[in-house]
Amino acid sequence: MPTISTQGVGWDLSDATRSDAALRRFLHGLPGVDQVGAEARAAALGTRSIKTTAKAQALDLAIRMVDLTTLEGQDTPGKVRALASKAMRPDPTDPTCPATAAVCVYPDLVGVAKETLTDGGRRDSGVNIAAVATAFPSGRAALDIKLADTADAVEAGADEIDMVIDRGAFLSGRYLQVFEEIVAVREACTQGERSAHLKVIFETGELQTYDNVRRASWLAMMAGAHFIKTSTGKVQPAATLPVTMIMLEAVRDWREATGQMVGVKPAGGIRTTKDAIKYLVMVNEVAGPDWLDPDWFRFGASTLLNDLLMQRTKMRTGRYSGPDYVTLD
Amino acid sequence: MSIFEYAPAPESRAVVDIKESYGLFVNGEFTPGGGASFKTVNPATEEVLAEVAEADAADVDRAVKAARKAYDKVWGPMPGRERAKYLYRIARIIQERSRELAVLESIDNGKPIKESRDVDVPTVAAHFFYYAGWADKLEHSGYGTTPIGVAGQVIPWNFPLLMLAWKVAPALACGNTVVLKPAETTPLTALLFAEICQQADLPPGVVNILTGAGETGRAIVEHPGVDKVAFTGSTEVGKAIARAVAGTDKRVTLELGGKAANIVFDDAPMDQAVEGIVNGIFFNQGHVCCAGSRLLVQESVAEEVLERLKRRMGTLRVGDPLDKNTDVGAINSAGQLARIRELSDIGEAEGAERWSAPCELPTSGYWFAPTLFTGVSQAHRIAREEIFGPVLSVLTFRTPSEAVEKANNTPYGLSAGIWTEKGSRILEVAGQLRAGVVWANTFNKFDPTSPFGGYKESGYGREGGRHGLAAYLKGGQA
Repeated sequence: MPTISTQGVGWDLSDATRSDAALRRFLHGLPGVDQVGAEARAAALGTRSIKTTAKAQALDLAIRMVDLTTLEGQDTPGKVRALASKAMRPDPTDPTCPATAAVCVYPDLVGVAKETLTDGGRRDSGVNIAAVATAFPSGRAALDIKLADTADAVEAGADEIDMVIDRGAFLSGRYLQVFEEIVAVREACTQGERSAHLKVIFETGELQTYDNVRRASWLAMMAGAHFIKTSTGKVQPAATLPVTMIMLEAVRDWREATGQMVGVKPAGGIRTTKDAIKYLVMVNEVAGPDWLDPDWFRFGASTLLNDLLMQRTKMRTGRYSGPDYVTLD
Repeated sequence: MSIFEYAPAPESRAVVDIKESYGLFVNGEFTPGGGASFKTVNPATEEVLAEVAEADAADVDRAVKAARKAYDKVWGPMPGRERAKYLYRIARIIQERSRELAVLESIDNGKPIKESRDVDVPTVAAHFFYYAGWADKLEHSGYGTTPIGVAGQVIPWNFPLLMLAWKVAPALACGNTVVLKPAETTPLTALLFAEICQQADLPPGVVNILTGAGETGRAIVEHPGVDKVAFTGSTEVGKAIARAVAGTDKRVTLELGGKAANIVFDDAPMDQAVEGIVNGIFFNQGHVCCAGSRLLVQESVAEEVLERLKRRMGTLRVGDPLDKNTDVGAINSAGQLARIRELSDIGEAEGAERWSAPCELPTSGYWFAPTLFTGVSQAHRIAREEIFGPVLSVLTFRTPSEAVEKANNTPYGLSAGIWTEKGSRILEVAGQLRAGVVWANTFNKFDPTSPFGGYKESGYGREGGRHGLAAYLKGGQA
């Protein structure tokens, strides 16, 4: 377990993970979430009006936060090469357009992505490679298989691992099992010289309640997650504003308690610039401006990028371009 | 420039057409007033918006006579289902002209456009829709179907159009006619409502709107032709009205001040409770009679709640009411600002600790930063008197019974809030609170179907819901 500074907190978090019972007591002792109030607050933040200079700023920030994702059975090396090229140069007509934060692929395609992103090892594009692992998306496999999956992706060159928690264990109250699995995967993220960041996916659409989302957030942060992530994109509902808000509150409170920052990644279902800006407003006002950085906030998305690019062109030229003026993924 | 600075997002003023001067709306027409005219200003800029006529005693007499005639000849005898058609029509026009009404309300009152657009105007339309539905169903009201006659209504400046709707919609649905006086600092939306009455072809005299100050209000209340008085405003004026109508057969409903307790237990949903505290006292700049102006927080979580509350208050955006991102707008008048300052200074002098959210206030206009006082006890004036501004007094308690005792230890009794995840505690505490409205895990929620009104010095009578009909039907209150 990673060391957690408990300076000035008054509670020793390592105590909370001593046993299943202790962990349950801790997680169930977190303040509850009132569903109606939380949804009202998220909706209210969604009414902010972000225009002109603020919008231009938000668009570039959002592009820099995108984990450009393809997670399909039909993915091929060709598809991943195209995606990686796009991540480096989202708008080929405009060199001022920033690159995305990362591309996100299945472990077997990490090598292909790396080849493209580093131009065969000749240079570093700055775009990270995120790989989903641990029997994504269901997480239904034995621990050693999950760890092998993780190690495989890290060795192939993944900079970030997006793991899924065992929702079955979580929902049946075996929190310690979930905790220990995250700790083990985090250890597997270090392979020799290579060390990948760990994002922990909750699949909030399966956890259902906001209380569960809050508990999962604390559980993952205590286990050493670098990022907490809403969804795989394979289950509906995927990311929502209120769920993301609960997670932003958790990372904010975690920093208050431990001094450590943890990132947040909503994934799935964020398709429009309008939606992305609502998320940025929420990051700004709930967690705080420190999180307005690709190191601490990401969008797991595919179609979102093209809408951001079209809006960006509109801001620059005053005209909407059509879908033929942005590249296909 | 910070990482993400919201650019100004002003709502356009072009949608409203403010005239240079306004007359009185009597018998379906705009007419000059007998008194000296007065100015209404934009409290966010101190810009003079318009000259408004002041109604004198003769104007009041004229309006009451017009209302009486309309009551006797047209509105009283009209079947409920016909009255309903007019009310539905008014409700729909309010929806159609909602942007215009919201912008005008924000300009004249100082409240953020976000609130006038998302709360005030939609609730106004909902109120007319709701009471339109009652107009042909009064036999099911429990109060009979006989209207009272001419209603004299005097409303405050904090929710100019919403308070008008609360008064006018049930009165008209029950078959009464009205003479209404809006507050002298916020007459413009009531005058726009008069135009809407014309647009809806409401028969002349059914709604009369007289602008003016206290003297005009007194003339309406004391006019012998008025059968029913409805007032929303300060307890002081409410008492004067009660004295003025004593010994007459006028009926009265009063909706007066408040000093609501917002009670946060240690098992509350913490983030939502903080939102509720903010919404309870900073909604509409705290110009809310049912504002949660006394925070009662359990000692075991007081420090944590205050820390979270201050952080949240730091994100409130104070400024131009017409900016769509403004959370807290302008104080309505110089007089009200002076009162808020005076009571806040008294709070400090009495030993409470003052903290204001760090924010830049505009240089012109009337502004007061969101403020809280800690170390407040029941003996402080800021814990007892209504400040009617963005000022929260924070008190602590140890046990549920102490919370109830402190919450009830006030001459007022309009509203209260309870924050806990424990359902049984909500029911137990709500039953012991002497307040007309008790919110559980929320605050400042209004709905036309829900009755609203006070205990003790917060007034009597209920507005909204079926209960709201009692004030406008003979079979209602005695």
